[in-house]
Amino acid sequence: MSDHVDVSNGLPANPEKSTIEGKNKFLGMWVFLGGETIMFATFFGTFLGLREGTAGGPTPDELFSLPLVFLMTMFLLTSSLTSVLGIISMKKNNFKAMRMYFLVTVLLGLGFFGCEVYEFWHYNHVGLGYSVSAFASSFYTLVGLHGAHVLFGLGWITTLLVRYWGKGITLANAPKFYSASLYWHFIDVVWVFIFTVVYLLTLGGA
Amino acid sequence: MATATATANKKKSVVWDWLTTVDHKKLAILYLVAGTLFFVKAGLMALFIRIQLMVPENDFMTGQVFNELITMHGTIMLFLAVTPLIFGFMNFVIPLQIGARDVAFPFINALGFWIFFFGGLLLSMSWFFGGAPDAGWTAYVPLSTREYAGSGMDFYALGLQVSGFGTLISAINFIVTIINMRAPGMTMMRMPLFCWTGLVASILIVFAFTPLAAGLALLMLDRLFMGQFFTPDMGGNSILWAHIFWIFGHPEVYILVLPAFGIISEVVPAFSHKRLFGYTAMVFATIVIAFLSFMVWVHHMFTIGIGPITNSVFALATMTIAVPTGIKIFNWLFTMWGGKLVFNTAMLCAASFVPTFVLGGITGVMLSMAPVDYLYHDTYFVVAHFHYIIIGGIVFGLLAGLYYWYPKMFGHKLNETLGKIMFWLLYIGFHLTFFIQHILGLIGMPRRVYTYLGGQGWDTMNLVSSVGAFVMGAAIVVLVLNIVYSAFKSERITVSDPWNARTLEWATHTPIPEYNFAQTPQVRSLDPWFYEKVHGEGKMQPAEPLQDIHMPNGSILPFLMSLGLFIWGFGMIMINMDNPIVPPGVVIAIGFIMTFGTMVLHSKEDHGYHIPLEEVKKIEKEVG
Amino acid sequence: MSDELSKPFPKSAMTENERYELGRETRIQVVSFAFMIMLTIISFISVATETIPSGFVVPFILLLGTVQFALQLFYFMHLKDKDHGWPNAFFATGIVVTIPALIALILLLGETKW
Repeated sequence: MSDHVDVSNGLPANPEKSTIEGKNKFLGMWVFLGGETIMFATFFGTFLGLREGTAGGPTPDELFSLPLVFLMTMFLLTSSLTSVLGIISMKKNNFKAMRMYFLVTVLLGLGFFGCEVYEFWHYNHVGLGYSVSAFASSFYTLVGLHGAHVLFGLGWITTLLVRYWGKGITLANAPKFYSASLYWHFIDVVWVFIFTVVYLLTLGGA
Repeated sequence: MATATATANKKKSVVWDWLTTVDHKKLAILYLVAGTLFFVKAGLMALFIRIQLMVPENDFMTGQVFNELITMHGTIMLFLAVTPLIFGFMNFVIPLQIGARDVAFPFINALGFWIFFFGGLLLSMSWFFGGAPDAGWTAYVPLSTREYAGSGMDFYALGLQVSGFGTLISAINFIVTIINMRAPGMTMMRMPLFCWTGLVASILIVFAFTPLAAGLALLMLDRLFMGQFFTPDMGGNSILWAHIFWIFGHPEVYILVLPAFGIISEVVPAFSHKRLFGYTAMVFATIVIAFLSFMVWVHHMFTIGIGPITNSVFALATMTIAVPTGIKIFNWLFTMWGGKLVFNTAMLCAASFVPTFVLGGITGVMLSMAPVDYLYHDTYFVVAHFHYIIIGGIVFGLLAGLYYWYPKMFGHKLNETLGKIMFWLLYIGFHLTFFIQHILGLIGMPRRVYTYLGGQGWDTMNLVSSVGAFVMGAAIVVLVLNIVYSAFKSERITVSDPWNARTLEWATHTPIPEYNFAQTPQVRSLDPWFYEKVHGEGKMQPAEPLQDIHMPNGSILPFLMSLGLFIWGFGMIMINMDNPIVPPGVVIAIGFIMTFGTMVLHSKEDHGYHIPLEEVKKIEKEVG
Repeated sequence: MSDELSKPFPKSAMTENERYELGRETRIQVVSFAFMIMLTIISFISVATETIPSGFVVPFILLLGTVQFALQLFYFMHLKDKDHGWPNAFFATGIVVTIPALIALILLLGETKW
């Protein structure tokens, strides 16, 4: 039901919302993200409720290293900016720039993911196995779920890039890129809370 | 214009057509069939439970089997029977009522159905692999953890995870459909109440099924990967599960009952031949109920010992729900007041819903008082209370909807005589079964016990309750007979509006063409169909010229993607099996690749096809 | 019609005015990004240096986190723009139902009686 879009003058200014499919995808993504908030909140609550239950295992003070977390935060925040710039290029019908920005987003995301894998490997190495304590389980579950979201987002954006590498911006793929970027921002939003609540708050003495 | 096009779907075998369909009307029927099968299955379990409890110290079944049956009865009824039945009606009716050709995401609609279905299948597989889940439908830890429960709970965690995901994406689809796909002139405040309650219930699903997914993930991690969330020795806490479960669980009740309210709000005005009394108040009551439903979950946990302040706050919040619910009750009564009432089966179910639901509501307020709840807690009083809500409310609502929309769905009415027999059997059987359970609870019979000693004054009442259950079973048999009988004997309906009803779905032809409306209708009022019958020319004014109609293509991918999830879930369960024939990792990988592979395949663009104008004109002439 | 969905466009239909607005928008986004980086650095420093008393640092970094959360949502995710009424409604609902759930999971686990 994509009828009645005026395409004679070129790409519409908001290509992601020019068709009814685009509008639907846009709203559907937002509804989904609204639901994701409370799912993450449940894991946050689990972590906050159980984080003192270290059961004699390693404690957060012994484990967390702020420089690594800071590096990860920078990776993810910057990737959020590049996906914003990607969407702005999309609106300008500048496909090459959009492709470049999303590629950078993927690379930064990979950087983040690599750090996270290293972080988990390191914690595991110094004795924080998944079943060591309630703190360990809830920490790995919360941060790991976020990592899984990052991985899914990477797969999503990569698939879109591969699928549309030489195809240009169309009314069919603009909503897809827009939804993917919304999802990517949401991952970033969650990370803001993870570094604040999981790392800083725990180290800051709360 | 129509270059990409009209070749689709001529020569498809029946099975292939149903497996690949993305038509909301066909998916509705799939939902209804699947829901009915699960309903019958769980209903039979209820009969077995009542046989076991018919006499004291019965040895019809062991305690283990009893536990499995009550767990599966509750789980199936809530997640796999009533939810899909409601989704069936929502799928069929909502696009018609808002004047749309299809839902917002036809592909996701099909995907939602198949994921739900395979999730249900996964849960049901538990019978063949070491027994069904046995920790109650609430799956309280530590009873459901790796320490105490058998492999059944793995099926519970994974099966509900999968089917819950299907429910979630269907709900998102409904929300977007209702917000974006309304016909011109169909403002939010002109939407029929069933659309409103469908919208609000879908929003509840989005915000309630996500914490459930989180909770089930915790349970799964506990059971399969030795997570320590619920083990106090390791720093865990078992109250955590109760909170997460009920943060989901309380809204779940409203997810089921709100659409039933919506059905009642359609059937009562239609057979009172009056507009719904207090439409705006009904809408706001629905929203207020939805909001409050997230603020009251601790009333399921009064006796857990959280503390007096918490209990008081949540008790008060719970009592508040009676206010918007009361508004609804009075609005239905005032809708009937002075109307030209027609008491056919649909109306009988709808009208009897009102007092029955009030009974369930009153016992709900009784239960909300935290101090007395210590007496009621875990007795048959609670069982009676929620069955008054679920059967007296939801099942009667669903039956009213079935008899009301049946002619639109299948082109013929259900037989009225058999319908009335069914209604009276069900009504009497229901009260016989459950009213007496209030008293049983008050004199101290605990729920979830598989047998009891005689001579405590419980014997006769349990017998009466069991007899009632069989009367209800008979009612369902009559319903099935009615469906079969009517399919062969009932008069075919060719008029679009057999009930002289009010809302937009009755403006479509019977049978409904694939595209619903040849021209998108222009809506000019609340109850648009009634408005056009009285003030207009007796048919909907079109909002667009007659032209080629764009339709989505069918796809097998939803089925394959769901099958992939099923295989993945089964692989996960195999981790805990003693000697799996295939390594679990392989099965998980197959499922994973299948799910994500089909997702990548789906990224191939498919813009559907057009039904050309001549074809539309031909179809219109045939059915019109 | 539907074939045109998969066709790229030779040019953009943007008007001068829209182009100007988008340029402004870009600058705002970059500035808000810089602001977010700053907030992040402040909150890391305030914890790492341990110069601020811990009773203050907790609400402080939570506040910074909330500000950044709002910036992300309203600027990067465009919730401030028009045509975002429904997204706003859904996200606000998400937050409203989140708050009691979070409080319960943190406080009401039965160790302290409330």
